[in-house]
Amino acid sequence: MTTAVAPAPSKSAAQRKRSSARGPSMGSRRGNVIAGIAAWAIGILFIFPVFYMVLTSLHSEPNASTNPPSFFAPLTLQGYKEFFGASSGASPWPPLINSATASIVSTILVIVLAIPAAYALAVKPIKKWTDAMFFFLSTKMLPAVAGLLPLYIFAKYLGLLDNINYLLILYTAMNLPIAVWMMRSFLADIPVELFEAAAVDGAGLVRTLRSIIVPIISPGIAATALICFIFAWNELLLANTLTSVIAGTAPVFLTSFITSQGLFLAKVCAAATVVSLPVIIAGFAAQDKLVQGLSLGAVK
Amino acid sequence: MATTTATPLDTEAEAKAAKKKKEPKAPFNERWLDKKGWVRRFPLLPALVFTIILTQIPFIATLIISFMNWQANYPNEIFFGTLNNYVTVFTDPALRSSVFFTVVLTVTVVVVSLALGLGISLLLNRSFLGRGAVRTMMIAPFLIVPVAAALLWKHAIYNPVYGLLNGMLTLIFGQNAPQPDWITDFPRFAIEVQLIWYWTPFMTLILLAGLQSRPGDILEAANVDGANPWQTFRFITMPHMRRYLELGGLLGSIYVIQTFDTVYVMTAGSLGTANLPYTVYETLYSAQDYGLASAQGVVVVIFSIAIATFLLRTVSTLFEEA
Repeated sequence: MTTAVAPAPSKSAAQRKRSSARGPSMGSRRGNVIAGIAAWAIGILFIFPVFYMVLTSLHSEPNASTNPPSFFAPLTLQGYKEFFGASSGASPWPPLINSATASIVSTILVIVLAIPAAYALAVKPIKKWTDAMFFFLSTKMLPAVAGLLPLYIFAKYLGLLDNINYLLILYTAMNLPIAVWMMRSFLADIPVELFEAAAVDGAGLVRTLRSIIVPIISPGIAATALICFIFAWNELLLANTLTSVIAGTAPVFLTSFITSQGLFLAKVCAAATVVSLPVIIAGFAAQDKLVQGLSLGAVK
Repeated sequence: MATTTATPLDTEAEAKAAKKKKEPKAPFNERWLDKKGWVRRFPLLPALVFTIILTQIPFIATLIISFMNWQANYPNEIFFGTLNNYVTVFTDPALRSSVFFTVVLTVTVVVVSLALGLGISLLLNRSFLGRGAVRTMMIAPFLIVPVAAALLWKHAIYNPVYGLLNGMLTLIFGQNAPQPDWITDFPRFAIEVQLIWYWTPFMTLILLAGLQSRPGDILEAANVDGANPWQTFRFITMPHMRRYLELGGLLGSIYVIQTFDTVYVMTAGSLGTANLPYTVYETLYSAQDYGLASAQGVVVVIFSIAIATFLLRTVSTLFEEA
């Protein structure tokens, strides 16, 4: 994974420029226009449900539920007001805060555990470092349902059900393999000479981590953190099994919208938009590193 | 995961054993007190121990409970040493249907989104106006929280009365347009389409990264040698992309086989759409049959191991090339 198959972003940009200048093998100019039109059409098709979600969330309930759809109805924030409990009184804030707690704290724990681990796998590798890497990877392939039952029973007998701390510990374990793989691929890119120089100057592990590694890989840490945050924020199965009223997260709260409740489309769309907003922000912030995270660092 | 996780550890143990035999004079405690080795290993330990405790131990517990008769409502009939749970998993027609649907769902979603992803990434790899904008638009579906995405499709798109699909039908064909109840009439199809929408961006991103990593000099050489676009695609692009297709397909399978949110939200497992993760949840939560739920979990794991074995091989090829 050190350099992976893909070239560094700058190189691929240069390559792209070259290939577009080269012409024929990348297709003619007219071919590019046709490809462009097709790509735009497909892009619009894919984003349309998202656009429709936001648009509907800004319509009044009667306008949101018309057939055919009223795309140009006047905009209102009524759906958002309803979502935040204007008439039902059920506030989405406790679940949103639970989600934020579980996602942010677990992400911090993941990063704190992953950086030293990646150091031991990339910079001064232990002898069997590939085995350790594949051990982490294999745990990612273990479906959540495989451990769900013991985790549930364990929590039930120790009174940890509906406890956000228990959930965030599990989210840490869920994301740790991804973070270790990503952090290792970032660390492996740092030139060895830097560490040698640090060692000559007598820097220990902590000092090397603090003054060399962290500053250099901070963009990598940010991307890893954002991806772990997204996975934790999205998680439903564990949250739905292990939490309820007190520690329920935002996805668990969303499940209250599964059955229709009269005219409630604008409210549902407002709910979906609000709950997705942190992921949308984190996703666009990490856009360039998204593939690397999702492929567990295998593709750069 | 039993085998996959065990493999590295096993081989390590075997290697150690082999080493021991080869050099019988190397004293045991020298290796264990080898300070340098521990200095190296130490930073890894917190993460490793944490992962083992929270992923391996629960799975071992699942494995043990799967051989137990344990239903929460019958606390006096708990005992170990029965294969009944597995017999039930493979003979109960409802469960067999959920195994079958899991396979169908995973294969359909992965194959279709891979094919779409390949086409879209080939388009995105060309230069045209607003390429970055289209790339961003393509990522959008993946940034909607899965539960929210499922709710959006269920209520705003598939709803027979006010959903977008039927609304568009009315808009195009007038008041007499057909108004199907999408989820009730085509439950599996409805779930598959929603998941394909969600996973195509993922495939597109991986395949686009693959396309952009094609060696420029070889493409240039092909161009100089007069290869036409089809030949370039067939003999240079496709062989290069094979690994990326494998990686996308296998990672996608690992993720899609675990689908829970969409099934839970759209149909709650009714109309033949209960897949294995949903069924495990049901057995655990509603039926409170811990033994059976564990046996079902083990079956999901066995499927995943089969896929994971291929995936590990692919990833290690990518890994070794680096």
